[in-house]
Amino acid sequence: MSRPDDYKYTETHEWIRYNDKKKEATIGITDHAVKQLSDLVHIDLPKTGDSLEQGAPFGEIESVKTVADLVAPLTGKVVEVNKDLASDLDSLKNEPYEGGWLIRVKPSDPAELESLMSKKEYEEFLEADKEDEKESEDVDEDDFV
Amino acid sequence: MTPKPHRTPLHDVHVRRGARMVDFHGWEMPIQYRGIVEEHAAVRNGAGLFDLSHMGRLRVRGRDRRAFLQRVLTIDVDRLSPGRCRYAFLLTEKGTVVDDLIVYAGAEDDLLVVNASNREKDLAWLREHRSGDATVEDETFEVALLAPQGPRSLETVRKALGLDPGGLGYYSFGDFGGVPVSRTGYTGEDGFEVFVPAARAAETWERLVAAGAVPAGLGARDTLRTEAAMPLYGNDIDDTTTPLEAGLDFAVALDKPDFIGRDALRADPRPARRLAGLVLESRRIARHGYEVFHAGSKAGAVTSGTWSPTLEKSIALAYLPRELRKPGQEVEVDVRGRREKARTVKLPFYRREKT
Repeated sequence: MSRPDDYKYTETHEWIRYNDKKKEATIGITDHAVKQLSDLVHIDLPKTGDSLEQGAPFGEIESVKTVADLVAPLTGKVVEVNKDLASDLDSLKNEPYEGGWLIRVKPSDPAELESLMSKKEYEEFLEADKEDEKESEDVDEDDFV
Repeated sequence: MTPKPHRTPLHDVHVRRGARMVDFHGWEMPIQYRGIVEEHAAVRNGAGLFDLSHMGRLRVRGRDRRAFLQRVLTIDVDRLSPGRCRYAFLLTEKGTVVDDLIVYAGAEDDLLVVNASNREKDLAWLREHRSGDATVEDETFEVALLAPQGPRSLETVRKALGLDPGGLGYYSFGDFGGVPVSRTGYTGEDGFEVFVPAARAAETWERLVAAGAVPAGLGARDTLRTEAAMPLYGNDIDDTTTPLEAGLDFAVALDKPDFIGRDALRADPRPARRLAGLVLESRRIARHGYEVFHAGSKAGAVTSGTWSPTLEKSIALAYLPRELRKPGQEVEVDVRGRREKARTVKLPFYRREKT
């Protein structure tokens, strides 16, 4: 799966697509996160009007074996939530960068976008992570996400 | 310094296939290959293939072995004819569970197949309680154990291995040209467990896969056994629970001559709490330890919970007061701070159609 060049990314595997005209950020999780989770079962998303704080959890995603926090990449207010996902997680599995978007946010401080990773930086981060994993022998049945 | 996990003879086969490996009680095992739900479906609808070489295989020998086993196992060993497999327990004096296992009754010796997590504990415990000339040896590392499971597992075994265990009754085993095969499993489907020397494990695995068996990992093993309401040691049973609380009376012969734990069970034949099945309204999964509430008060806790691919529901097992075990009771499960509605159901959650 090709990752969009013009999106921003986080170390906690969220992506951000910023619409400068509308001053709106669409947020989702990356194909890497979806693959790691495998067998998606449930997602907990915030409601329109909820506030997000950069770095704080804004929801939960659950697979058969794990639960993971969704971490807010930006501070702002939720203006739209992808309602289709509640009943069908397939679009998240199949198109995490398009139809599988999670929420749309009005950022209170667009400068925060600069702290996010480019696609190149994210992919370098994933490579480094893979190297670290190879060195560590202590993989536990509970934390293989 | 940290000890490295054991590897089964099939470790490299799993890695080459792209399995996600984890440390499972000191063994490096595949949790999944293509995905838990996909592997689960393969077992329910066709044939899946599990590597069970991590499970403890303890061989019991000696003229006095049956007298020894009669004292340490909960089943009536005198009624075990050669070729029979029986589910049984090793218990503490308090009637709580040391391990659950399957005993394979032979003519010259018997085999106990035990949980990987308890292999060393069981071996020490059995040796401590040995009597007469009975001996207990650990064969785990010499013999691989492959488990083709599913409605098409019989034809897959016939095609792949050129042997026909079709005549075996459920929970029986036999020797097929030097290959011991039992008709046993932990999935709720028809299935077999094939014992091969470690050196032949990879070849046997590849033949079964070529014949259509889908590699399946511990993730699917867990969703399958939970649907079939089969207990997992450490989750549903342990040294604080009795087999009667877990509803596993069928594997306890309370009226046979004395065995370790018998009197404690006889003193409490109708325990106050019993293992019950829950189906949640939400898709959120009830995980081990989550509290269960009835009419506002705490009633018990979840022991196992997972997603049921067959029912497409979140299901769980929990110890609840005996009265709440009746199907249709409404309870709530605290799932990470939020109470989710659930109702009790009759177990198992899934039962295969008898053909």
